[in-house]
Amino acid sequence: MRGDCEAHDLIAPGSLSAVLELLAAEPGVWTPIAGGTEIMVAHAAGRLNIPKLVSLWGIGELRFIKVTADSAAIGAGATFVDIRRQAGLCESWPLLARAASWIGSIANQSRATLGGNLVNGSPAADSSPTLLVYDAEIEMISVRGRRRIPYCEFHTGYKRNVLASDELVFALHLPRRFSHHRQYLRKVGTRRAMAISKVALAGTALVDNGIVSEIRLGAASLAAFPARLYKTEESILGKPATPETIASARAALLAEAAPIDDIRSTAEYRKRVGANLVEEFLLELSQEDAKP
Amino acid sequence: MSTTAKTRIVGAPVPRKEGIDKLVGRAVYVDDIERDGMWYGTTVRSTIPRGRITAITYDPRIDWTEFAIVTAADVPGNNHIQLIVADQPCLADGTVNHCDEPIVLLAHPHKNKLREGATAVRIEYEPLPAVLSIEESERQDLIVWGEDNVFKSFLLEKGNVDEVWAHAAYIVEGEYRTGAQEHLYIENNGMIAEWSATGGLTVWGSLQCPYYVHKTLKAVFDLPDEKVRVIQTETGGAFGGKEDYPSTLASHAGLLAMKSGHTVKMVYDRMEDLAATTKRHPSRVRHRTALDKDGKLLAMEIDLATDGGAYSTLSATVLSRATLHSCGPYVCPNIRVRSRAWATNMVPYGAFRGFGAPQAIFATERHMDEIAAQIGIDPVELRRRNFLHQGDRNATEQLMREPVILDRLLDRALAESDYYAKRERFARENATSPVKRGLGLATFYHGSGFTGSGELYLNSLAGVEVTADNKVRVMVSNTEFGQGTNTILTQIAAEALGLAFGDVTMAPPDTAVIPNSGPTVASRTSMVVGRLIERASLQLLEMLRSGAGLGAHASREEFFAACDRYRATQGEVKSLCHYEAPPGIYWDDKTYHGEAYGAYAWAIYLAQVAVDTRDYSAEVEDFWTVQEVGRVLHPVMAKGQIEGGVAQGIGYALYEKVVCQNGHMANNQMTNYIMPTAADVPPIHVIFEEIPFLHGGYGAKGIGELPHDGPAPAILNAIRDATGVSFNAIPLLPEDVFAVLAARELAEEPAIK
Amino acid sequence: MSECRSSITMRVNGESCTVIVAPMKRLLDVLREDLRLTGAKEGCGEGECGSCSVRMDGELVNSCLIPVLQADGADIQTVEGLASNGTLHPLQECFLACGGAQCGICTPGMLMAAAQLIERNPHPSIAEIREGLAGNLCRCTGFMRIFESVLAAATQVQNPEEDKADHAR
Repeated sequence: MRGDCEAHDLIAPGSLSAVLELLAAEPGVWTPIAGGTEIMVAHAAGRLNIPKLVSLWGIGELRFIKVTADSAAIGAGATFVDIRRQAGLCESWPLLARAASWIGSIANQSRATLGGNLVNGSPAADSSPTLLVYDAEIEMISVRGRRRIPYCEFHTGYKRNVLASDELVFALHLPRRFSHHRQYLRKVGTRRAMAISKVALAGTALVDNGIVSEIRLGAASLAAFPARLYKTEESILGKPATPETIASARAALLAEAAPIDDIRSTAEYRKRVGANLVEEFLLELSQEDAKP
Repeated sequence: MSTTAKTRIVGAPVPRKEGIDKLVGRAVYVDDIERDGMWYGTTVRSTIPRGRITAITYDPRIDWTEFAIVTAADVPGNNHIQLIVADQPCLADGTVNHCDEPIVLLAHPHKNKLREGATAVRIEYEPLPAVLSIEESERQDLIVWGEDNVFKSFLLEKGNVDEVWAHAAYIVEGEYRTGAQEHLYIENNGMIAEWSATGGLTVWGSLQCPYYVHKTLKAVFDLPDEKVRVIQTETGGAFGGKEDYPSTLASHAGLLAMKSGHTVKMVYDRMEDLAATTKRHPSRVRHRTALDKDGKLLAMEIDLATDGGAYSTLSATVLSRATLHSCGPYVCPNIRVRSRAWATNMVPYGAFRGFGAPQAIFATERHMDEIAAQIGIDPVELRRRNFLHQGDRNATEQLMREPVILDRLLDRALAESDYYAKRERFARENATSPVKRGLGLATFYHGSGFTGSGELYLNSLAGVEVTADNKVRVMVSNTEFGQGTNTILTQIAAEALGLAFGDVTMAPPDTAVIPNSGPTVASRTSMVVGRLIERASLQLLEMLRSGAGLGAHASREEFFAACDRYRATQGEVKSLCHYEAPPGIYWDDKTYHGEAYGAYAWAIYLAQVAVDTRDYSAEVEDFWTVQEVGRVLHPVMAKGQIEGGVAQGIGYALYEKVVCQNGHMANNQMTNYIMPTAADVPPIHVIFEEIPFLHGGYGAKGIGELPHDGPAPAILNAIRDATGVSFNAIPLLPEDVFAVLAARELAEEPAIK
Repeated sequence: MSECRSSITMRVNGESCTVIVAPMKRLLDVLREDLRLTGAKEGCGEGECGSCSVRMDGELVNSCLIPVLQADGADIQTVEGLASNGTLHPLQECFLACGGAQCGICTPGMLMAAAQLIERNPHPSIAEIREGLAGNLCRCTGFMRIFESVLAAATQVQNPEEDKADHAR
C-alpha cells in the first residue's frame, strides 16, 4: 500500500444536488469517486494525485435502471451486478449483460459502476463497445441542467471526454431498436476472467434478403478510446456477407484500427485479431437461419 | 514392514492439522501481528541494473529524526547472505548489480509515512554497462561476476557421444527456451524483528527454512547460535520463493530493529515482492540427439544454460538438478551434458518448485516430440522404445534398483484420456474447425531429496518428544506452507506410536525449540524427514520398553503411563534420530556419477489443448496425470499437491510472463502478471500407482515438485499436435502463436476457412 | 495534507461498531487494524486476488478497494462471522473434509465468495462455481479441491440430514 490515506479529503454530500452544487462552486477541485475500482488501485500504487474526492456511492438518484417499451435508462451509479440482475435489460440488450459479466470479477462488478467505467475512459473499457452498437445516448447533468448526446461523441481522445468540469454523467439511454438485429460480442483478454481487454468487438446488424442493411461495429483497444469502426462498417453496408465482403472488411479494419503496443499486447496482434473478429461476425451473418 | 503394512492413519484423509484455524480466520500470518510500539520498515532500491553509487542524499524537507536509517555501514557482522557462496550483499555497499537491489532501509512508527520517506532518499549513480541475458553473459566481453561470469558448470558424460554421429540413422537438433516465473504466493514476504543488546535477535516471519535464516542472521549480526532465534509464522504459500529470500528480509528487519530500538515489521506490497524477490531461472537448452533406425536413442548431447541473475544464490544447485534431469526417463548409452549457470545483472533468480527440472524436462520432452515428427515415429511409441526399466542404468550410471513402471503409467494415461480415439477425431475436425485441438504427452521423473551426498551433508536431526501433559510433539525444522507437512508428519508419528491422530502435534517452528532437520525443499519432507520421524517414533517405543516397562501391544493409556514413568527417572521423554543413508549409495561429485537421488517419482502427463485461430489463444481443456510416488500418505492432500502443481505448470506454459525493461520487472502487478483463475484451469485428473519405497516415511517418496515438471512440455506438444507448428519457448502467449500462424495464413491467402 | 477524520458506523458480523478514521482509509485496513479482524488479507492491493473479499450489504466486494467512508452504515460480513455459535458453516466443514485450504491465505476471501455464490445460487454447476470464484486467486490448490468443497457444501445446505461422507472425497 503506497498511498497515504491522510493525504486525501473524501466527502459524501449524500445527494445529487449537493454534489452538483459542490462541483459548480469549486470546479476542477473535487474528483468524483463512485465504486472506486479504478481510483483505489491508483491509490494503492501511490499514484493518486487527487487531494480532494467527492463520493457518489449511495446516491440513489444515480443508481437506477428503468426499462420501458421504448428504451432503457441506466443510471451512472448502477453497478454491473445491478445490470446483470435486471432481467428486462438483459433480455433486450443481451450484449450489455454479457459485457457486464466480463468485468473483473463478481467482487469488482458489485462496485464498478457504468458511469465510472465510461468516465475512466480506458480504451479497453468493457461496457463501451456494446453501448456504441446499441446507439446509446449519454445524459450529463450539472446545476445548469441536463444534456444528451450520442455516446459515440462522448470520448474525444485518450482519457478525454466532453464533460464540463461541473458535470457528471447521469444516465445512459438505450433505444429499444435492436430486437431483430443480429448481435455479436467477443472480448479477447489475457485469460477467461479478471482480464483487461486486449481487443474487444461488439456488433449489431440487420440482414435483409442476404444483404447487410444495417451494421454497427464498436471496438475496444483499437484506438485511443472505444470507438465505432465507421470505415469498416462502410465496407460491409449494402453488401452480402460473402468472402469478398469479408476480405474487404478485414482490409478496412486493418487500415482503420490504430492500436498500440503496451504491456499487455501488441498493435499487430490487436489489428489482426480485430480483423478475425469482424470475419467471425460476418460468417455468422452469412448463415441463413441463425437467430438474432 | 511399515511400507506395506496396513495402516490406520497414514493413508487416511485425516483433517488438516491446522485446518480449522485457517477456515475461521484465526491462522496468524506475519502481517496479522501488531505489537505496541512497533515500527514499520521499507527499502530504497536501485533503479539501474549496474553501477557505482556516487551519492545518497536525504531531502531536508523531511524530518529525518522521525526515521531510523540503515545502510551497509550499519551491518555489525558480515554484509552477506549466507547461501552456497556468500556473494550477495545484505545491503549494497558502493555498487549495485541489479535493479531493485536494496540500498537503504527506513523505519518509522507510522506505516503511511514510509512512502514519503523512501521517495525522499535520492541515490546517484555512475551507471555501468550491464549484462541482461544469457547470450550477453556468454560473450564474456563484459565480466560482471568472478573471472568469467560463470556461477557454476557441470560436465556429465557417459559412454562416448563423439563416436556415434557418423553412424547414426537419425540426428535431430533443437533449441528450447523457458522464461522466468514468479511464485505468486498470495502472501507477500514479511518479517518482524526484535533486537536487544543483551537478548540478541528474534525474527518472526513467512519462511520455509528457519535454520537457513538463522545461519545468515548469525553472520550478519555476528551473534552466536543461542542469540539468534527464528520463528516461522503461518506462511501463505512459498513454492521455493521463501527458501532463501527470507534471510535477506530478516536481516533488513533486524538491522532496522537494532538501529531504531523498536520492534520492526517489514511486509512487502505486491509490486515490491514481484520486482525485487527471486524467480525461476530462465533457461536455454540445446539438444543434439542420435538415434538408430528403430528410434532407439544412441546419443544425447545437451548444452544447458541458465540465467542466475546478479548473485549466485542457489544457481549451482538448480543447475545440478537441471543437469541430472536433462536426459529423460530413457536408456541412452552415450551422453554429454554441458551445463552452465551464467551471471547477469538481472534480479537474482532462486528456488522454485522443480528447481531446474521443469526447465530441463521442458526441453527434453519437447525434443522427443520433435524427434518423433522428424523421423516419423508416433511420439508414444518413441517413448516406449526408450523407457528405463528396473535393472537399467540412467545418465549417471545409477542402477534402477526399484521397479520403474512407465509402461504401465503410460497405458493408464492413454486409456483414461481416450488418447487414440480423440486424436483421430481431432484430426478430422481440425480440418474445418477454427479451433484446432490436440493431445500431447510428457514422460518424466523427479528425484526426491537432495542430490547425491547432499542428505548426508545436511545430517538432519529430527524426532518426537512427549510433554508432561501427554502431548506428543514432532520435532522438526520442516515447515508447513500449505503442502501438508504438519499433517503427514503427525500422521506418521501417530501411526508408528500406536496413538490417535489427535494425540500428536507439531512442536512450534522455533529454532529455540526444534532441531535442524534440514530445509523444507527438494521434495524431501515425506520421504527423508518422514522416515526420520518414523524411526524416532519406533526408537521411542524401544526406549519405553527397555526403560519404563512398556508392554508389547500397549494401549494409548499404557503408552502415556510409561512416558510418565520414563520422565520421572530421565527428566524428559525425547527421541531423536540422525539421517541414515540407504545402503550402497555411491556418488562422485566431480564426475557426477553414481546414485544421483535416493528415489525417483515417475510420471506421465497428458494435455488436451484447443488453439483458437481467431485470437491465437491456446487453452488447456483437459489434463491427465498418472504418477508413481511411492506410498500416498494422505489421498486428499496428495491430490491437492498434484492439482496445484499442474495449475502452476499451466501458468508457466501459457500465461506467466515476466516482462523486463532494462533489468526491472515492468509488469509487477497482479493485473499484468497473469496466473490462471478458477475459470481457466481445466479438469485435472489425478491417478496414483503406489510402489512403497523402502527408505521413505511409510513408503513415501517425494511429491511436491513432480507435478510442475510435466505440464509445460505436454501442453506445447499438444499445441504441435493441434496446429502442426513447433513452438519451443515458454511462456507461449497468443501474440507468439500469432506471429507464426499469421505468417502462415498470409502465405496461404486468401484464407477464408 | 488532510487532518480530517470521519466517524464511521458499521454493523460487522452482526455487531455495531464505530471507528474514527481518515475517510480514505481502506475498509480492509479498518477491519484489520482498527477492528483487529485479520481474516481478510492484502494479497495485491489492486482488487485482483480477492484475498480481501468480504460481504458488504450482502454483496461480495474487495475491501482493499473501498474507502471506509463508503461503508458508513453498511452491513459487513467477514470470515470471522461465517461460523455461528461455535458451529462451522457447511462451507468450512466441507473445505476441511475436501482439502479446500492448503496454505490458507486465500481461504477467508474464498469462503466469502463461496458463501455469496451458494446463497444466491443453491445448486451451482461447476461452470457457475468457476465464475463465482474467478475473482479469488489460489496458488496452492489448482482449484479442484475448492470446487469439490463448494459442491459438497451446496448439497449439504440443501439436504442437511444427508450423510456428508458421500460428498467428501
